Amino acid sequence: MTVEAKDDRAPSSTLCVHGGDRPDPATGAVEPPLHLASAFAFDDAEQAAGAFRGDNDHFIYGRWGNPTVDALEDKLALLEGGAGGSAIAACATASGMAAISATLLTLCEAGDAIVAPRSMYGESARLLRERLPRLGIETTFVDQTDPLAYERAIGPRTKVLYVESPANPTLTITDLAAVVAIGRRRGLTVVADNTFATPYCQRPLSHGVDLVVHSMTKAIGGHGDAIGGAVIGDAARVRAIKETAIKTFGGVLAPFNALLISRGVRTFALRARQSCATALALAQALERHPRVRRVFYPGLASHPGHAIAARQMSSFGALVAFEVESLAVGRAVLEHCRVVTHAVSLGDVRSLVTHPASTTHASMPAEARVAAGVADGLLRVSCGIEETDDIVADVVGALDQAASVTRI
Amino acid sequence: MSSFLPPPPRHSDTQPLDEHAGPSTRSVHAGVSRPERFDAIPVPIVETATYTFRDSAEVAAHMTGEHPDPKREEYGRYGNPTVRALEERIAALEDPTGQAECAAFGSGMSALTTAMLALLKAGSHVILFRDGYRRTRQFVAKTLAAYGVEHTIVEPGDLTGVAAAITPKTRLIVGESPTNPYLHCTDLRALGELARKARVKTIVDTTFATPINVRALPLGIDLVVHSATKYLAGHHDVLAGAVVGNPALVGLARDLRGVIGGVLDPHGAFLVARGLKTLALRVERANATAMKVAARLAEHPRVSHVFYPGLPTHPTHAVAAEQMRGFGGVVSFRVKTDPEAKGEQSSLAVTSRVVDAFRLARIAPSLGGVDTLVEQPAIMSYYELSSEERRAAGIEDDLIRLAIGIEDESDVIADVMRALEAP
Repeated sequence: MTVEAKDDRAPSSTLCVHGGDRPDPATGAVEPPLHLASAFAFDDAEQAAGAFRGDNDHFIYGRWGNPTVDALEDKLALLEGGAGGSAIAACATASGMAAISATLLTLCEAGDAIVAPRSMYGESARLLRERLPRLGIETTFVDQTDPLAYERAIGPRTKVLYVESPANPTLTITDLAAVVAIGRRRGLTVVADNTFATPYCQRPLSHGVDLVVHSMTKAIGGHGDAIGGAVIGDAARVRAIKETAIKTFGGVLAPFNALLISRGVRTFALRARQSCATALALAQALERHPRVRRVFYPGLASHPGHAIAARQMSSFGALVAFEVESLAVGRAVLEHCRVVTHAVSLGDVRSLVTHPASTTHASMPAEARVAAGVADGLLRVSCGIEETDDIVADVVGALDQAASVTRI
Repeated sequence: MSSFLPPPPRHSDTQPLDEHAGPSTRSVHAGVSRPERFDAIPVPIVETATYTFRDSAEVAAHMTGEHPDPKREEYGRYGNPTVRALEERIAALEDPTGQAECAAFGSGMSALTTAMLALLKAGSHVILFRDGYRRTRQFVAKTLAAYGVEHTIVEPGDLTGVAAAITPKTRLIVGESPTNPYLHCTDLRALGELARKARVKTIVDTTFATPINVRALPLGIDLVVHSATKYLAGHHDVLAGAVVGNPALVGLARDLRGVIGGVLDPHGAFLVARGLKTLALRVERANATAMKVAARLAEHPRVSHVFYPGLPTHPTHAVAAEQMRGFGGVVSFRVKTDPEAKGEQSSLAVTSRVVDAFRLARIAPSLGGVDTLVEQPAIMSYYELSSEERRAAGIEDDLIRLAIGIEDESDVIADVMRALEAP
C-alpha cells in the first residue's frame, strides 16, 4: 500500500516501516532486495535511448541510481517531506558532509556568499571557513539566535542562509520561520542541517525551509554502523544537487549502507520516541543535581530557546548538554559512566557521552574554546534507546562518584 | 595526535551489565559491550572462512586448550567472532545472571534439530505436544523415527499426560510456548520441575515470546530454542536460529553444529545482532498493539473466536499472565462462516477474501518483523491437506493468523477493521 505522511506531526512508525516501499515485483520478497549492480541491462536500444532521455525509469548505471538507494531516498522524502508528497525528493550521499558540500557548491559559485550560524557542526564550519573561500565563496557567521543578524549579514551576492537548530554544543535554537521569512523576502535559499533535531522532532520543510541536509549516520541510520548523508527538498532543486553530488563528485552511497540505513529507518520512530523521553528525564534529573552548574536542553523552560523550540519542534531531541565545575570533574564523569559509552557521534542506539574540552576541542586554546561555547566542564550526552532509568542512574551515579573523587 | 590529549579510556574486554539492567539496556549492550579492535563500537563483520596462526606452537597451544586467548578461533565452521558476539548477547537476554551460553545457527530448524540430535540417540524416547510446530513434529515422526528414536505425542500443555508418557528411555521433552497458531502457553515452571524429577531434559521454543516476554531458563527449562529469523532479528531480512541454556548442553549442540554444519554466516549474525538492539522497543510495541487488536476482534460481529493469551477468555490466560511480561505480537482468530456453504461462500473462500482485504498487512508466512503480516494457515502451512484432514490437525479453514509489527496502533487496527468488511 502507499503510506502518505500526515501533515504536521512526527513521522509515524507506520510510515517508517512502510513508507516508500515497493515490494519486489520479481519475487514478492517482503524486504526489498539488495541490488549491488553497478550497471543495468536494457531490453533493446529503444529502452536504452528512452532511459538516457529520461522517458522511462529504467536504471542505467550504479552511480546515477540504484534501486536500493532509490528506495531509501523515497523513504527520506516522506520522513522530511510530510504532506509535500511527490513534489519532495531526496538525494542520498556517501556521508553527511558529501550532502552539505554538494548542496552549497550547487547553490553558489565564485563571488557568491553564505550566511551561517556561529555555532555549528565543526566540519561544516571548516568547509565554510577554509575550503569554500578558495573557490571564491565567502561566509559571514552570525549569532543564530537573532534572525535580524542573518538579515544584516546579507550582501548583494548572498545566495544561502544556512541554519542548524538545535546546534552544537549548547543546543542553541534558531527561529526557523523567522529566517525563512527573511530568505523569502530576499529571494535566498534557506538550508537547514536537521541532523541534531531529526525529522521525528522537527520538519524544517514544513516551516518553509528550502532544503534539509542530514548526516544519516546519526539517528536516521541509528545503529552506529553505516555512514551516509542526504539532502531533501523540492524535487527540481534536489535533482540539480544530485547532478553535482553524485554524477560529478561521485559521493554515491553504497547500496549496502543504503540497506542498513533503510533498515534503521524502520525503527526510527520507536527509537526517537525512547531517546527523547530519556533525554527529557535526564535533563530534569541533572537540573536537580547539586554538582551540575547548567543544563542545556531545549525542552527545559530554563533553556533560552525553549519558547521557539516549543513552537517549531514536536519533541526536544536526544541530546543533553550540561556543565560541571571543571575539566577534571568533566573527565572524571566520563570515566565513571558504565552504560553510557564514551564516543563522539550521536543518534546511536547506545547512549554516548563526550567531553569536548578534553577531546574534540582539546587542541583549541582554552579562551577560544570558551568563546565557541565549550566550557571546560561541558559534557554532552546523546541518549540512546536503553531503559530511561538505567541511563539516568548511570549519569547521575557517575556525577556522584566524580564529585567525591575530586573532593579528595 | 596532539601530545596533550588525555590517554584514551581503558576498556576492559567485556564489561558485564548489572544483573538488574532493564531489557532495552540489555538489548543494546549485552554480550560484547565495549569496543574491541580499532575501538569500533559495533561488532565487526569478520567475513572469513578460516583463521591464521603465527606458528606451529600456537596451533599446538590452541589444540591442547593451553592458548591464552579462550576466544581463539580456528575455522569458520567452529566459530566466528561476529557470531560469538551475537551468541553472548542472546545468552545475556535469556539469563541476566550470565550463567547461560548460546549457540547460533543458520536457521531456527537447524538450531532445534541439532539440539535434539545432540541429546537423543537410537533407542531413546522423546515427548512432544500435539500443537507443536508442524516441521518439528515431522522431523520427529519421520527423520528421528528412521534413526530409531521413539516418541510420544501428548495433548497441548497436558503435564499429567507428559508424566504418564515418561519411560526409562525418555531423554527429552520438547515444547513451545506460546504455540502456533493458537498461542497455547505451557506452565514452564511445572514442566521444568516435572522433567528434573524424572531426570529428563527439556527444550522449549519461545520464539513467539522472545526473552522480553518470557525467560524460560530461570523457570527451570534446560534449553531455549529460537527462530532468530522472527523477533530477535526482527526485519524479515535474515534467517537464523539459536540454542540457549546450560553451558554443557549448549556445548553438545555447538560441537554437533561443527559436524552437521548448520552455521550462521557472519553477515547474518551482524544483522541479527543489529536487530536485537531494538528488540525490547519492538516487542513492547507489538505486545501493546496485539492486545488492542485482540480486544477489538473479540467484540467484532464477524469474528467467532479470538486466540490471544492476553485475553481472559484464552484457555491458558492464567499461566500466561503468571509467567509472561507481555503476551506477544501474534493474534489468531476465526471468521464467522457457514461450514456447510460451498463455492464463493465456503469458509475457505470467505476467509481468503478477508485476508485479501488487508492493505497494510502483507500476506506472507513468518512473524516477528517490523511489518505486520497476515496469513490463512489452511492455504499456507497446511495447503496440501483436505478440509477434513486440516480440521483433524486442528486447523480450521476460517482461521487467520496476524503477526503484528511495529506500525502505529491506530493504523494496524484500522487495517484489521477494514479487512473484516470484506464481502
